[in-house]
Amino acid sequence: MSNYIKLIVLGLVVVFAAIGTNYARDLAYQVHAILVMLIAGGLFIWTLRNTDEPVLLTDRSGEYMDDVIRYGVIATAFWGVVGFLAGTFIAFQLAFPALNFEWAQGYLNFGRLRPLHTSAVIFAFGGNALIATSFYVVQRTSAARLWGGNLAWFVFWGYQLFIVLAATGYILGGTQSKEYAEPEWYVDLWLTIVWVAYLAVYLGTIIKRKEPHIYVANWFYLAFIVTVAMLHLVNNMTIPVSIWGSKSVIVWSGVQDAMIQWWYGHNAVGFFLTAGFLGMMYYFIPKQAERPVFSYKLSIIHFWALIFLYIWAGPHHLHYTALPDWASTLGMVFSVVLWMPSWGGMINGLMTLSGAWDKLRTDPIIRMMVISVGFYGMSTFEGPMMSIRAVNSLSHYTDWTIGHVHSGALGWNGMITFGALYFLVPVLWKRERLYSLQMVSWHFWLATIGIVLYAASMWVTGIMEGLMWREVDANGFLVNSFADTVAAKFPMYVVRALGGVMFVAGSLIMCYNLWMTVRKAPAKEASLTVAVPAE
Amino acid sequence: MSKTPEKQPGDPNTTGHSWDGIEEFDNPMPRWWLWTFYATIFWGLIYTIMYPAWPLVQSATAGVMGWSSRGEVQQELVAFQEANAPLNAQLVETPLDDIAQNAELQQYAVNAGSAVFRTWCAQCHGSGAQGAPGFPNLLDDAWLWGGTMEDIHYTVSYGIRNEESDDARYSQMPAFGEILEEDEITQVVQYVMSLTNAQTDDAAAQAGAVVFADNCSVCHGDDGKGDITQGAPNLTDAIWLFGGSQEELTETVVYSRFGVMPNWDTRLTEAQIRAVTAYVHQLGGGQ
Repeated sequence: MSNYIKLIVLGLVVVFAAIGTNYARDLAYQVHAILVMLIAGGLFIWTLRNTDEPVLLTDRSGEYMDDVIRYGVIATAFWGVVGFLAGTFIAFQLAFPALNFEWAQGYLNFGRLRPLHTSAVIFAFGGNALIATSFYVVQRTSAARLWGGNLAWFVFWGYQLFIVLAATGYILGGTQSKEYAEPEWYVDLWLTIVWVAYLAVYLGTIIKRKEPHIYVANWFYLAFIVTVAMLHLVNNMTIPVSIWGSKSVIVWSGVQDAMIQWWYGHNAVGFFLTAGFLGMMYYFIPKQAERPVFSYKLSIIHFWALIFLYIWAGPHHLHYTALPDWASTLGMVFSVVLWMPSWGGMINGLMTLSGAWDKLRTDPIIRMMVISVGFYGMSTFEGPMMSIRAVNSLSHYTDWTIGHVHSGALGWNGMITFGALYFLVPVLWKRERLYSLQMVSWHFWLATIGIVLYAASMWVTGIMEGLMWREVDANGFLVNSFADTVAAKFPMYVVRALGGVMFVAGSLIMCYNLWMTVRKAPAKEASLTVAVPAE
Repeated sequence: MSKTPEKQPGDPNTTGHSWDGIEEFDNPMPRWWLWTFYATIFWGLIYTIMYPAWPLVQSATAGVMGWSSRGEVQQELVAFQEANAPLNAQLVETPLDDIAQNAELQQYAVNAGSAVFRTWCAQCHGSGAQGAPGFPNLLDDAWLWGGTMEDIHYTVSYGIRNEESDDARYSQMPAFGEILEEDEITQVVQYVMSLTNAQTDDAAAQAGAVVFADNCSVCHGDDGKGDITQGAPNLTDAIWLFGGSQEELTETVVYSRFGVMPNWDTRLTEAQIRAVTAYVHQLGGGQ
């Protein structure tokens, strides 16, 4: 019966997309309509072929649902490499503008590729890592199979479609021009549907858990899912100009719009890249270190403090703008108070290793996780510092901000995800061990040195740039022109791009290693997929 | 999968829960962490009393320090304005050609002018005033509209071929593609190139001399040396605004080209205009 409903829905989508293709007002919308038409058409035929066929019913309710996580692991590695390559390429474009090829103007120039890079690493790489690991962690720590049957598959494939629509949209010129919220209205609507399904799968699994308590990692994952839903809805309140076109107009105006954008933007960092990844950290570090979490009390206090404080810190992105001073002060104060709650996660991560520090010598995976927590601590100190108005008046609009973001994104999010992938692949594909620990070491050092080159060069050029912009002579006249500051940054731009090359090289080694783990590493016999409560 | 955590001697108690083998120690929060957290909260409260912070119904608390971001900028601006006021007044009163005779005034004018230049002029003329295709180099002594202090001051004040100022300098080269035959254009281009000793077809250049005399010499002069009263470039100095190759010159002749410069009298003060005039004049080509 449900297949008939599916067929009707898919049929309607195909017809609507075909009409959309015909009446499309712009290229991005037209390409997307064709894409949706083809995908819905393919699903229609596939569903039709399976309708009224006998189904082999096996009861899998006692087993973990790991297929979707395996796909998630592959997607994470794939989008990671895509995002890192895009980032490295645009880093070279900044150093050597000739790489904005004349033949590709309007498609592959810096302005189009930059959101492609940020969305690819944050939403495609980070998002897939979060979805895959959260599905893994919630099942293991709840001793329950994912709720909702194939809904988890819908979340996975629906999210991939979101990524493809977003990425192709940027290149074809469909964008809301809001940082980290570039996708246009119909892509936003689609993500809303996928995200609600994600929340349902996640909550459903927690509700039917067999463990008496909810593990701390799940608090963080849940905070991430719920808050991102709220941020996404409020910052994307747009009215489409036409249902046959990609352009839409936001309902907020002026400084309110700017404030909502940075309330969203800052909490994309706070809840997507911090809370969600802390959930990852709280599961994979104790597992890999084989030690209990350092302090339950600390985890509960720093969780609630972090959740409460982060949401107010957004105004620090708008110091010295049209934003009223009072809002700017509050944003700064909440950011500084946020310092210790952020560090609570670092302390709990690092101190979990007390009694197992010797593993740093022998286990490159734990080394990766530790340096990731180290970078987390560094950027969550740097962030509050940069939010202080006096510091911000120097750092704002400079490359320092870019360096700050990347020490967080490459160091913290990247490294903890790599650690989780190295942990997950042998478990999910039932291998005894990774193909090569030496390759993990290579990855570790390439990535670490790459990040250091990146962050250090951006500190130097950012502070230099800020000082050059504000330099005045005895009579108060500006000493440098903007173009002078751009010219002065060139050597640091080359260093930054080389850091990117090293980071990409490390991630390619990881992909090869994971691939060979699945292909060549010895298999492990015992089945690990049965859900058993741990007490 | 449940890896059992290795219990070690001296380990504190756990909370008694276990998830997939993960347990939690019942450790207290580190004291230094807790006290730093309290300290930041205390600091935050004090700070929000001192600076504008808490929103009320119609406004927000102003803070006991009386600080505002706009006030801070205003203070700096006023300080420099007051300090520079006598020099600015002197700059406006002094006849343009006499500015250079007063060393202190000239130094001030050049500093101020270079800041004005980097803010408003560098976008087209380059931060080193070296120009770009279509935008004149201001370092050399080739002037389209004249290089005396008076000339530069007039150009900066009213601009060139803009629609905002009635006093803007104005001239327009016709698009000869609609006037001359194709071979005449080829010939005149060869002639113009021969003026700067470029490799040319002599026969065509000779024929082009006639075309030039009939069509171009009115503005560019019989000898091709141009006319600064109507912004007609000197064609004999090998300095090309839009390029001197055969293709580039042909395009110029067929379609005609001319640049536009904004008038600055409505955007800059008289002192600023005089300062940037002095700055450009002393770059090397001032007359």
